[in-house]
Amino acid sequence: MPDPDAPVPEVNERNVFVVLVNAYDMLLVEGKPGSVNTLRQDAKNFFLNPSNSPNLSEKNLENIPFIGPYEKSKGVISLQNDRGTSYEMYVKVQNELAAAINEMRDELAMQKFGKKFSDLSEEYSKAIAKAIPVAISEAEPKDIGGTK
Amino acid sequence: MGRFKKTGNKETPGINTGSMSDIVFMFLFFFMVITKIRQGELFVRISAPPATEVQKLERKNLVSYIYIGAPIKSNLYGVEPRIQLNDQFATSDDIAEYITNERAARNEADRQFLTTSIKVDKKVKMGLVTDVKQELRKVGAFKINYSTKKGKVTD
Repeated sequence: MPDPDAPVPEVNERNVFVVLVNAYDMLLVEGKPGSVNTLRQDAKNFFLNPSNSPNLSEKNLENIPFIGPYEKSKGVISLQNDRGTSYEMYVKVQNELAAAINEMRDELAMQKFGKKFSDLSEEYSKAIAKAIPVAISEAEPKDIGGTK
Repeated sequence: MGRFKKTGNKETPGINTGSMSDIVFMFLFFFMVITKIRQGELFVRISAPPATEVQKLERKNLVSYIYIGAPIKSNLYGVEPRIQLNDQFATSDDIAEYITNERAARNEADRQFLTTSIKVDKKVKMGLVTDVKQELRKVGAFKINYSTKKGKVTD
C-alpha cells in the first residue's frame, strides 16, 4: 500500500512527457496536437533521447547488474484524460505507451542478451525492467467536456 | 365347453412397476443433459477495444471481474452504461463490498495475488471507469487488468 504522506518526488519539467486526451478523443502531446499513430515513436524518442536534446528526458549513467553501465532515462509519462474520453481511446493511448516501453525493452534485451524480453530468464528480465521501468503516471481525470 | 371357466377373484391386477426405474432414470438423465451450469451471464453489452500489447491472464481463479457497458435489455434498463458485478447491476458504491467478498472467498495465501479484471465496452466514457478505479484504490485492489481483444490499434 503506498504511503499517502510520502513526499512528492521532484520531477524536472523536461523529464515529463505530458499526454492529454480530451472529451472528443483528441490528443495533446507535449503541448502540441498529436496522433495515436505517432505516439509510440514520440514516447520512445523521449525516453531514449538519442540526440541528447535539452527538451527531452535527462539520462543518468547507472550501473545495473548483468547489463553494466546504462544511461537510464529519468523520464516519466504523465497521462491525463477527461471524464468524457472514450474507453477505446484510453486503451489505445495506454497500448501505444506500453508498446513503446516493450519495444525499448526488447531492443535492449536483444542488444545485451540476444533474446527478446519475454524470453529472458527472471534475473535478466528484472535487470532490463530496472533499466527501463514502466514510468507512466496517470493523473486524475478532468471534467471539462462533461460526462455525457 | 368348460374351457373358459372363470376361476378365482376378478380383481384388476396391479400396475407392473418393473419398468418404473427405467422411467425414473430416463427423467434423471434428461434433466442432467439439459441443465447447464450457469456462469457469468452478461447483462451488459461489451465489445472490447483492440490492443496489441496484450498478456494472457494467469490463474483465472484469482481474478474477479467487473463488467461495464450498456444493458443488453435496453427497453428495460435504458442505454446508460451500467456496472455489473456477479449477476446483478451495481453502482460504484457496491464495489468495495464486492472486492471484500471476493477476497474472503480466496484462501489467505492467494489473497495478495487477486487481480481485478475490468471488462469495458469501448464506447463507455472514462468517467465511469475512473469512478470504478477510485473505488478499487480505496479498498486496496491495485492489481487491475483491462480486458481487450487482440487487434490492430493504429491505422
